[in-house]
Amino acid sequence: MKIFATYNIKGGVGKTTAAVNLAHLSAADGDRTLLWDLDPQGAASFLFRIKPRVKGGGKALIRGTRTLDDAIKGTDFDHLDLIPADFTYRNMDLLLGAADKTGKPTRKLAQLLRPLAAEYDHVFLDCPPSISLVSENVMHAADVLLVPLIPTTLSVRTLDQLTEFVAGFNGHRPEVRPFFSMVDRRKKLHQEITKDLMAERPGVAATPIPSLSLTERMAVERAPVTAFAPRSQAARAYRALWSEFSA
Amino acid sequence: MSPGPQGFVLAAPTGGEPVQDLLSDALAALSQAFTVTPEAGAPSARRRTWLDTFDWRLYRAGLTLELERVTRGGRLLLSNVDGTPQAEQPVTGWPPRRPALDVPPGPVRDRIMALISPRALLPIVRAISTVSVARLLNADGKTVARLVADHITATTVAAGTATADTASAGTTAELPLRLAIAEVRGYPGQARRAAALLTGVPGVSRAGQSVFTAALSALGRHPADYTSGVDAEITASMPASVAVARLLLRLLDTLEQNVDGVLRDIDTEFLHDLRVAVRRTRSAIKLLGGVLPADLAEHYKTEFKWLGDLTTPTRDLDVHLLGFGPMTAQLVAASPADLEPLRAFLVRRRVREFRRLAAALRGPRFRAITEDWRKALLQIRDAGVSGKRRRPPTAAELALSTTGRTFRRIVAHGAAITPDSPPESLHDLRKRAKELRYLLEFFAPLHDPVAYRKVVGDLKALQDCLGAFQDSQVQREEIHALADAMLAERAAPAATLLAMGEIAAKLTLSQAEAREDFALRFARFAGSAGQEHIRVLLEGRR
Repeated sequence: MKIFATYNIKGGVGKTTAAVNLAHLSAADGDRTLLWDLDPQGAASFLFRIKPRVKGGGKALIRGTRTLDDAIKGTDFDHLDLIPADFTYRNMDLLLGAADKTGKPTRKLAQLLRPLAAEYDHVFLDCPPSISLVSENVMHAADVLLVPLIPTTLSVRTLDQLTEFVAGFNGHRPEVRPFFSMVDRRKKLHQEITKDLMAERPGVAATPIPSLSLTERMAVERAPVTAFAPRSQAARAYRALWSEFSA
Repeated sequence: MSPGPQGFVLAAPTGGEPVQDLLSDALAALSQAFTVTPEAGAPSARRRTWLDTFDWRLYRAGLTLELERVTRGGRLLLSNVDGTPQAEQPVTGWPPRRPALDVPPGPVRDRIMALISPRALLPIVRAISTVSVARLLNADGKTVARLVADHITATTVAAGTATADTASAGTTAELPLRLAIAEVRGYPGQARRAAALLTGVPGVSRAGQSVFTAALSALGRHPADYTSGVDAEITASMPASVAVARLLLRLLDTLEQNVDGVLRDIDTEFLHDLRVAVRRTRSAIKLLGGVLPADLAEHYKTEFKWLGDLTTPTRDLDVHLLGFGPMTAQLVAASPADLEPLRAFLVRRRVREFRRLAAALRGPRFRAITEDWRKALLQIRDAGVSGKRRRPPTAAELALSTTGRTFRRIVAHGAAITPDSPPESLHDLRKRAKELRYLLEFFAPLHDPVAYRKVVGDLKALQDCLGAFQDSQVQREEIHALADAMLAERAAPAATLLAMGEIAAKLTLSQAEAREDFALRFARFAGSAGQEHIRVLLEGRR
């Protein structure tokens, strides 16, 4: 089981869109895939038409009174399941801190996911934007951190901070794989930063995700763009990006 | 594995609505709670084959094995008879053209090999189906369950591939349309709701049978329709000659059912079952033939002896080869590799002996035995011919006299055996014990089941001991004979002969152990408890 997490400290950078489309592509390849919508806003759950509610809330999951298995919902797509968001996830920091009795509150999510190892090939964690105990948990659980970057100077700075933070981990360190998101080819700055960063950082994905209105239609269609418009430019971009990450 | 679907069958009563209308009714019922939308794409084709051994070992263990053809190979699915999945594994290039004696490694193999070995897996039924799927959506447009409609055409396997029942081989039957509600993970309540809606539609009923069982019954076959046991339809009051003719006809059926499998050399147990049928026939002629016309019994006594002798060399070699693994595992001084020349020798011999056997089974003498024997037996069964007696004995009287007499003979014979008696005395006793066992089996329908089990239990313990004694001796003698033959053919390296010597020594030890056990086993069989068991059996006859 390989765990991918879409993460950025900033919101509105395309984390959920990437998680939803990449998870759909993974499942379409025949890999058993699970997407956990950790964001209390529940955007990923909404896109798969699944109610953002978990029985017993985040508390039951974190405390282990309910297993993750109980919370899993099948999506409309073969091989793709989802653990929905729940509004109580907004307090997940507190829950994670309170539930931990081992002195390792940053390892709780990894521990919860372990029993699913035989059932899934790929897990995607769609994280809320913040730097918190939740995101730290995600970083410890993930094998690969997929970091969407809008090509601005500030985004690059944030990436540096994240890379430094992860480098400080003892033991397991996720691989950090940034990719450009919401790229507007008409903006000169976007073009320059994309080009420069790709040249400077070998880990940055070669495929940029363009800013396209079709991607915004996902909220109307309530489906991944790779499902409702599989031949579109947006879908092609996500497919190329997934080829890089799944290689 | 996803939760199993909840199955329904659409079966219009005679003269009722056509199936298409019933399907429309079912869809209309589901529309009360869901938006029903067809799955994109054309209906898919499904090709499934159910496999089992000739004697239905999987089915008798409550299991069914299904091979589904999928892109790039197949999928083996092991389920309980009620359809609950147990294990599955992908397979490629399997089964081979010949019926398979093995399964590629995987969870299904782990579950079934001990059960089926040494029998081959044969195709029993094939089903080709056209599957259409509709999604059941909730108010958010989310798929919460699926309706799977399965149009199935079932076919028995081609003539001779698995069964001697050529009458139904290659038959095709269309099954009633099957609907299933497939649960989407996390939405069990919605699947239950959909199932409840379907239950209310007239003409739609819960599928009481698995596809396999339904296909078999549509094709006029029944699961477990072969058994090597004796289960002739006899009653206590029928004339003994009729009962004996029925028994012998049943044995002839078993014999003939196995001929095709022997000739195609599918697995070793076809020949084994054929030989058991021959042995039982010979014992029946010997012990019960008095109620048949004398010349008939005399003639077939010779013919079945010929048939039994004909099959012995191949079976002996089968036994050697089947036991080769366990035999080499016992070696202490020699290495298993030392015995490889022996295995190669046995395989070569078997090829030769099997050729002889097959030629004889295809020949006129064998055909004449089976055809003429059947005709004669049918005549006796239907006419109740019973020789020259004025009042023919009944089946019950025959059972009482022969079983009691055989039991008494064994008691007398066994009691005379001392530690100094020659091995032949134990061999003779074994033959008598086997005859008693056959008699008990022949007349089983006339006995009280509890009393029957007790007597058979006592007898089996004695037979096991006598069998171990004689088998050890026969095998040791055969090892010597094989060593001579290998030497004569210059196929015996010294290491092989030494290893064979070690095996022979172990057999001597096993024989001595069995000899020591004999007194105790016989005392249990012939002592007061054993006598009481047989008395209850014979006096409490139904």
